[in-house]
Amino acid sequence: MARYVVDVMPKPEILDPQGKAVLGSLPRLGFAGVSDVRQGKRFEIELDGEPSDALLEEVRAMAEKLLSNPVIEDFEVHAQDVEA
Amino acid sequence: MKVGVVTFPGSLDDGDARRAVTIGGNEAVALWHGDDDLRGVDAVVLPGGFSYGDYLRCGAISRFAPVMTSVIEAAGKGMPVLGICNGFQILCESHLLPGALIRNDHRKFVCRDQRLRIERVDTPWTSSYAAGAEVTIVLKNGEGGFVADEPTLDRLEGEGRVVARYLDDNPNGSLRDIAGISNEAGNVVGLMPHPEHAVEDLTGPGTDGLGFFTSLASTVFAS
Repeated sequence: MARYVVDVMPKPEILDPQGKAVLGSLPRLGFAGVSDVRQGKRFEIELDGEPSDALLEEVRAMAEKLLSNPVIEDFEVHAQDVEA
Repeated sequence: MKVGVVTFPGSLDDGDARRAVTIGGNEAVALWHGDDDLRGVDAVVLPGGFSYGDYLRCGAISRFAPVMTSVIEAAGKGMPVLGICNGFQILCESHLLPGALIRNDHRKFVCRDQRLRIERVDTPWTSSYAAGAEVTIVLKNGEGGFVADEPTLDRLEGEGRVVARYLDDNPNGSLRDIAGISNEAGNVVGLMPHPEHAVEDLTGPGTDGLGFFTSLASTVFAS
């Protein structure tokens, strides 16, 4: 089995109201010195077969087509070790 | 004219949209998200709501519903398509319209009567309005902030594709106060406010929204 992680984040220039809400809450909870928070999404995808460049490309295609919206989001894909 | 109104799981305003189509003088045809048959309609409305629970991103899952394959193909051939609120989000996710809609900048759901200026009136959805007409239509959204990069915004403005713009307060942080846009040809229009809730005096702020549903006939018969 192969496992890949896709991290999706709002582009830096896109307003992130959810991150702003978290940023506003942290000082009230006593966490001082937080200058910014951005909120994104993490997908963990498991596929049949061993990790390979082909599977990585497959996951990248999923991220481009469905998991992210390229107008407002960037994504990164990386493989994750699967414990035996 | 036969106007299809698509129901997705989580659509809320499909009933009101069919009613508005009828009041506008056209025949409303219910379409189902899981069926790629457009049942011979002449135009399609994608209604408001929270299709697929707004999971992943608003409109992101609906965009791949079987019916959308047919809608996208028909839109490419010139069929009039109007996306309202969630429908606008689906059109952006489908890449039938540029840009995207993100969470309101003030983070609150907004529900109010909203003044708008109708700026593009040569579309099949807006030809009943006079250019620059100022109207009041219901607005209700949590993720209605229209965003696009600067070149895209400049192109929309330069090509006259801003269909409607917010007047008075900008309700959701939409860039350049944009409330609705069209594709290049003008047959595909996305609008965040809800004209289908403003077609009768009894149940809305007036009848300013009716024009979106009466425009179709005059446009098609004129062409």
